[in-house]
Amino acid sequence: MIAFEGIFLIYLLSSIFFILAVRGLASPASAERGNHLGITGMAVCVLVTLLVVPSRNDVGIFLALIAAAISGITIANKIKMTALPQMIALLNAAGALSSLLVGVVQILRHQAHAFDTSVGMIIGAVAFSGSCVAFFKLSGLYTFQRLKFANLINALILGVIAFYWTRFSIDGTMQTAYMMIALSLVFGATITLPVGGADMPIMISVLNAASGFAAAGIGFSLSNIVLIITGAIVGASGTILAFVMTKAMNKNFFQILFQHKNVEQKQALNEKTAHTASVQDAAFLMQNASKVIIVPGFGMASAGAQYALKNMTDVLEDKYGVEVKFAIHPVAGRMPGHMNVLLAEAKVDYEKVYGLEDINPDFVSADVAYVIGANDITNPAAKTDTSSPLYGMPVLDVVKAKTVIFVKRSLAAGYSGADNPLFFADNTLMLYGDAKKITEEITADL
Amino acid sequence: MTLLFLITIFLLSMFIGYFVVQGVTPALHSPLMSVSNAISGVVIIGALWTAALAEGFNAEEILSLFAVFFAGFNIFGGFAVSERMLKLFEKKGKNK
Repeated sequence: MIAFEGIFLIYLLSSIFFILAVRGLASPASAERGNHLGITGMAVCVLVTLLVVPSRNDVGIFLALIAAAISGITIANKIKMTALPQMIALLNAAGALSSLLVGVVQILRHQAHAFDTSVGMIIGAVAFSGSCVAFFKLSGLYTFQRLKFANLINALILGVIAFYWTRFSIDGTMQTAYMMIALSLVFGATITLPVGGADMPIMISVLNAASGFAAAGIGFSLSNIVLIITGAIVGASGTILAFVMTKAMNKNFFQILFQHKNVEQKQALNEKTAHTASVQDAAFLMQNASKVIIVPGFGMASAGAQYALKNMTDVLEDKYGVEVKFAIHPVAGRMPGHMNVLLAEAKVDYEKVYGLEDINPDFVSADVAYVIGANDITNPAAKTDTSSPLYGMPVLDVVKAKTVIFVKRSLAAGYSGADNPLFFADNTLMLYGDAKKITEEITADL
Repeated sequence: MTLLFLITIFLLSMFIGYFVVQGVTPALHSPLMSVSNAISGVVIIGALWTAALAEGFNAEEILSLFAVFFAGFNIFGGFAVSERMLKLFEKKGKNK
């Protein structure tokens, strides 16, 4: 398309802003500035495009932008921090849909190479329907987990998409394009449907990467460098996150996407052999401890227990001089860094929040490990039991603490379906109930 | 611009993305996702080009305007939610 030098350089400038924006997220101190750099970069390239491109359609574009600003900012400010994963999925779906639509218009106008544009459209369609399914699953509106013959179906669909893609690259007709898009939409849904629960952080990262690559694909079709550079950076970033997450689970992409475990939750039968504790016991143990490590999981998010935890931490520190630390497993929650954001929301100092490798040596010297709403990420069988589905996954060494207080609704297995021997360990005390209520009761008793 | 040139840019950008994201601390992975998500709304540039070139009221125009809207929603929502999240991290640093 039209590409004169001035606008090319402006787009290059915007791309640099985007790179610096991501760079800014390296540390909490520069993170907010990073976001502002991103906004600046976006404002620059959008405004310049609006000014330079001769449009017959200013009113429509203006109205679309106003509607987007109002709806986007309203939803972003209303959403609860616990609902963040859904929000990201929704935004991702919108971005991917936009790539798909731009691709369709390009093809309707016969302005682009069918081959280039198809890449953006296929990835955009997959990312769009995948993000929609992820949104529904994360919102709890949809819990369907098993899909019969999922791998066979996906392989078949993928094959047919490849066929239509080849055909479309040759004949370039709209009918072929529509078939290709429809199948890509189906594929995005069928590949996301069986992925659930603890694997969600990985799927979200993959979908995020996909929407970036979709934008890059559209960039190829429009010969637009800001789309290519930015799309590639977002794609790389999502891919790296997905790798970090899969490594933290000792899995690989293929296992997440193609090996769906039986997620039937087995109820442990021998509830009696687990030691139970009362709220008073827990309060007593913690106020007499010199070091307490809190291990939050998705249960903290679903119960909204982060503020209660912060209160408990404050009382322990100020009244009893207990050293309190937080231990966060890379895949705790439903998106990368989910727990960190929730703790930050409750104003827990981020210097007290540690990652897996940094905190593990600490458990030996901890008097109490307070596990709240987490399960699989603390399962010691991951280290010792080769038959466990979790075997090989790096876990938090809570079992090494003097006492483990495990707040949980029941003895049910975690998402992995693996029984957790930690429940029955001699130094473990189970506290049954809602994460938030229990924490509040303990705090009241301190 | 030749395809070869665009592929060069694409591949080098992937490397930049790789090295830049490597430096991000795990605590900020959520903001990283939402910022990079907002940035991927840059496809709005493509949507603006196609919308500007629409000739009269037809399917192309409507689809283009929807593309502008959805990308815009991605951008505004993404940056706004990132800002909210990052405020949470900043405040504590100062309170200390």
